[in-house]
Amino acid sequence: MRFGEAALLVVFALLAFLSIIVAAKAYTAAYAFHAYLFAAGSIAAVFAIGNRYMDRPAGTVPQLVDGKPNYNFGVVKFGVIAAVVWGVAGFLAGDLAAWQLAFPAFNLDTSWLSFGRLRPLHTSAVIFAFGGNVLLSTSFYVVQRTSHARLAGDLAPWFVILGYNFFIVIAGTGYLLGITQSKEYAEPEWYADLWLTVVWVTYLLVFVATIWKRREPHIYVANWFYLAFIITIAMLHLGNNVTIPVSLFSAKSYIYWSGVQDAMFQWWYGHNAVGFFLTAGFLAIMYYFIPKRAERPVYSYRLSIVHFWALIFIYIWAGPHHLHYTALPDWAQTLGMTFSVILWMPSWGGMINGLMTLSGAWDKLRTDPVIRMMVVSVAFYGMSTFEGPMMAVKAVNSLSHYTEWTVGHVHSGALGWVAYISFGAIYCLVPWLWNKPNMYSVKAISWHFWISTLGIVLYISSMWVAGIMQGLMWRAYTGLGFLEYSFIETVDAVHPLYVIRATGGLLFVAGGLIMAWNVWKTINMPQAVAEQKLALAPAE
Amino acid sequence: MSETYETVAGIAQTWGLVLFVVAFALVVAYAFWPGKKRKKEIEDAANIPLKED
Repeated sequence: MRFGEAALLVVFALLAFLSIIVAAKAYTAAYAFHAYLFAAGSIAAVFAIGNRYMDRPAGTVPQLVDGKPNYNFGVVKFGVIAAVVWGVAGFLAGDLAAWQLAFPAFNLDTSWLSFGRLRPLHTSAVIFAFGGNVLLSTSFYVVQRTSHARLAGDLAPWFVILGYNFFIVIAGTGYLLGITQSKEYAEPEWYADLWLTVVWVTYLLVFVATIWKRREPHIYVANWFYLAFIITIAMLHLGNNVTIPVSLFSAKSYIYWSGVQDAMFQWWYGHNAVGFFLTAGFLAIMYYFIPKRAERPVYSYRLSIVHFWALIFIYIWAGPHHLHYTALPDWAQTLGMTFSVILWMPSWGGMINGLMTLSGAWDKLRTDPVIRMMVVSVAFYGMSTFEGPMMAVKAVNSLSHYTEWTVGHVHSGALGWVAYISFGAIYCLVPWLWNKPNMYSVKAISWHFWISTLGIVLYISSMWVAGIMQGLMWRAYTGLGFLEYSFIETVDAVHPLYVIRATGGLLFVAGGLIMAWNVWKTINMPQAVAEQKLALAPAE
Repeated sequence: MSETYETVAGIAQTWGLVLFVVAFALVVAYAFWPGKKRKKEIEDAANIPLKED
């Protein structure tokens, strides 16, 4: 038995005992439920490690087989499937929340599905469950392929991907049961945060150790972006979760900072979660999958180096633009605004680099729907990184803040950029990982693309109209200096736009379902069908 | 309290500015350093994803 196996067996056995004690003494039923989940997970881990030890061949796993790297793609496959499943669930939760805003009866009269609980379920499911699994699986794939080395660690990669998904389950069920520390995008309570810290540090170690033993002298730019994403998320997570639990037997905790310091920490975290989770990580996907799929190197590798360093140096300062016209000192607000505007440069440098990779091969946009998806994704990246700095300017923010414009902006980035580059990567990865010539249905990819694009257009255009209308109605005064509209009048005015938005969201969910079906059919495609498809493929 | 702000702002507006400008210049110099050998290295790096094992 290897040392790691023995150590993990002991750790999980102890964790199971501790969890059962906590479950027995927990103050609330919801927290006891989570403790039981930890106990069940730990016991399952003990059995899994034990069974794996019984079944696996003795000795160490070979690093090379026939002179080629013995890649570890099992964890990548798990992550891809998890991403598809969580993606559909997260889109559905979001669309239900959108219908609730238009028709409140959709909360089905239960506290579990009330908007306040459903909304963090949606944001966490799409960002951390869908996006997180895409990032974990693609990073494990890309670091192996560009380093020409097997993923470091034996149990560690599995601990990372399974441990991360366990965190997602704890977070998601917690929201529905009413457990939250009320920090946007950092809602999970202290015990979930501690668990994620252990998982994330292991992730960093696996990633760095793989780069360490690379058989390629240069570290490809995508790995730099992944590394910045992993390190910064660790730093943000620790910074924004300095909480003191009420008791070991309670889910409740209190943050160490208070007042405006807490607000500043929260948005330093919140904005850099956008900058390093939803941007740097997915830029890594762009820098690997677009060149690979287009079969040509990135437009300018030199520009990608400047893009990387400029982006990570500037992004980290932009957070205060979330706190314009608050108790935050003016100079900090101006600092956030200024850096947001400067950020436009590296963002567009990166966008141009991604788009121009297709230069000389634009015909692929017509012939390959996967390339089309990824190119449109980069175009959306350019659009939302233009809109973002504009909204960070104080004068614009005074109109846009607290309105649906913000929601529209976030979704042009999240649906257009993050989800589309993820779909592109999934459509590339599934045939590569399961050894198929292509996806089961290329036509279905096209359908997914057009249905989802229509959904995004409905979503963001309705939110622009709703947001600007809200902003203008809230600041309208009568000749006598009274507010012209009561709040409920603004709610009434946005109702039709809410219905359009929810319809757009429904189209996006439909696209996700088409993808899930296509992925399922591709993985289960019999070899004979795969060969037939290969024979029918047009010669190029 | 204002003294703390003055101090921090003073450092940021002088040494902070120098640090950022120098760091940026270094990155640009590293990325765009001319020469045949360097050009070859950059091209090789750009082609890493397209290499087969």
